[in-house]
Amino acid sequence: MSETVISPPAPIGRAVHFPQADGSRVPYRVFSSQEVYEREQERIYRGPTWNFLGLEAEIPNLNDFKSTFVGDTPVVVTRTADGFACWVNRCAHRGAMVCREKRGNAASHTCVYHQWSYTCEGDLQGVPFRRGQKGQAGMPKSFTTEGNGLHKLRVASYKGLLFASFSDETPPLPEYLGAEMRPWIDRLFHKPVEYLGCTRQYSKSNWKLYLENVKDPYHASLLHLFHTTFNIFRVGMKARSIPDATHGLHSIITATKIEEAGDTAAAYNAQNIRSMDDGFSLEDPELLGQIKEFDELTTNHIQPIFPQLVIQQIHNTLVCRQLLPKGPSNFELVFHFFGYADDTPEMRELRMLQANLVGPAGYISMEDTEATELVQRGTFRDADALSVLDMARDAPEQQETLITENLIRRFWLGYQKLMGY
Amino acid sequence: MTSKTEKLQLWLELSELQARYVSALDNDQLEAWTEFFTEDCRYEIIPKENVDAGLPAPVIYCRNRKMLRDRVLSLRHANIFEGHTYRHMTSGLVVTSNDGETITTTSSYIVVITGQNGESNVYQAGRYDDELVRDETGELRYRKKRVVFDTLRVQTLLATPI
Repeated sequence: MSETVISPPAPIGRAVHFPQADGSRVPYRVFSSQEVYEREQERIYRGPTWNFLGLEAEIPNLNDFKSTFVGDTPVVVTRTADGFACWVNRCAHRGAMVCREKRGNAASHTCVYHQWSYTCEGDLQGVPFRRGQKGQAGMPKSFTTEGNGLHKLRVASYKGLLFASFSDETPPLPEYLGAEMRPWIDRLFHKPVEYLGCTRQYSKSNWKLYLENVKDPYHASLLHLFHTTFNIFRVGMKARSIPDATHGLHSIITATKIEEAGDTAAAYNAQNIRSMDDGFSLEDPELLGQIKEFDELTTNHIQPIFPQLVIQQIHNTLVCRQLLPKGPSNFELVFHFFGYADDTPEMRELRMLQANLVGPAGYISMEDTEATELVQRGTFRDADALSVLDMARDAPEQQETLITENLIRRFWLGYQKLMGY
Repeated sequence: MTSKTEKLQLWLELSELQARYVSALDNDQLEAWTEFFTEDCRYEIIPKENVDAGLPAPVIYCRNRKMLRDRVLSLRHANIFEGHTYRHMTSGLVVTSNDGETITTTSSYIVVITGQNGESNVYQAGRYDDELVRDETGELRYRKKRVVFDTLRVQTLLATPI
């Protein structure tokens, strides 16, 4: 829908310089440089991070597998007898992709090129003509299957969310998620979930522009005009903008309705949505209802877990957004929808109705990729110019607000540290 | 029993309806687009991978014509997206069932999109799985339209319906 973004040639040896110590100025170079991108693949995606792969519920049975990515490295995650395995999808022989399906069930995986076969754990189990043929030589005697398995990643699961790491340095997953983030994950993953499918959006912009977007409550009511246009009052909302305390790379934004006395559980709140007579109004506002299912009546919960997950609850729609970089100027966003295994049919229907709010055609989200592409197209030529992130800069401790860029500043500080900038 | 002539006549009527349907979308007549549906219609845009896996997650899901009108109103007044034009090419329209009241069809489509810079690209390939009934005046209307798209990665965003 937009112009093809051409990346400028990487300026070799040009240092990336963040001129302010609080992350409030960001050089545009980081959004389009191939050199920066290559460094990210090494230092972030193959560095001390846990990368979201998907939900356990996507691969519910033994030997179920799913092809996905850690950064831009193709990997396969599979359910094994002992838990889960994740390996780089590249044959140890000549480098061909072993698994060619997106999803499936297989106890072993065989490369089509020379039929080297691997267990679902990623161990080499068979090499055709290993001992040669008709008395002629095969593989050298020194060849071992043990030394020629697939490149395995560490896999860890937290409340049904699957993550992988290339690095032995990455702290245990609960510690990596941190004390500020865990309660919010626990809130949404407190009982078994059911996978409802995914939708995919491809944007001609840098992946970090999307992470900035989900750490930016300031844009919400200004870019997304759906609520304003339809005069949907959201009175008395309580807000939170909380960064991870250790590295600032994860964060959570919430908006919560302050409940009126007598508001009973499990009641539709559609009646609380009032429209003014002089504006536009929805003929069928039911998709803006909310059945109370958590202690706190939070309408929006947006929680990026660095680097490739954003957990989302908007009304009753529940999504894990997987953010996958595709070169410096492109990313893919996969919206993994889920519900709970014990959902009533009414609740399931409401979740699907509210899918209209998010995703590639979402009433309150479709503009996000439009905005990130505008930044990509606006910045690529002036790599040394700077982004300005000053909103609430003098009040970095302030968390009960949506009018702040604090989470983005904290993100850039964490990014600088990981990248060595 | 339906004669061959009657079958072909119905096929022509369905083809003509589909031609008017895509013409409304291709020529920015979104308000008129909602008129092709029954009041109790179900309109859905869903990726093929979910349909194949038996999973329900949609890109757009409307369960009555009010929701279609709401979608159009929102596109006209609330949502922000780059101005663009669609051109739908349809083919392979086949009547899959007809019990005299309800007709089901399947057909293929390609949508070419042209943005502000004048570049045209294939935006989506997919199929329509439709269910039609006649209204009180005898006109055919869509009671169900399931737009199943093969082009799984939606480029940038999806504003205009398919």
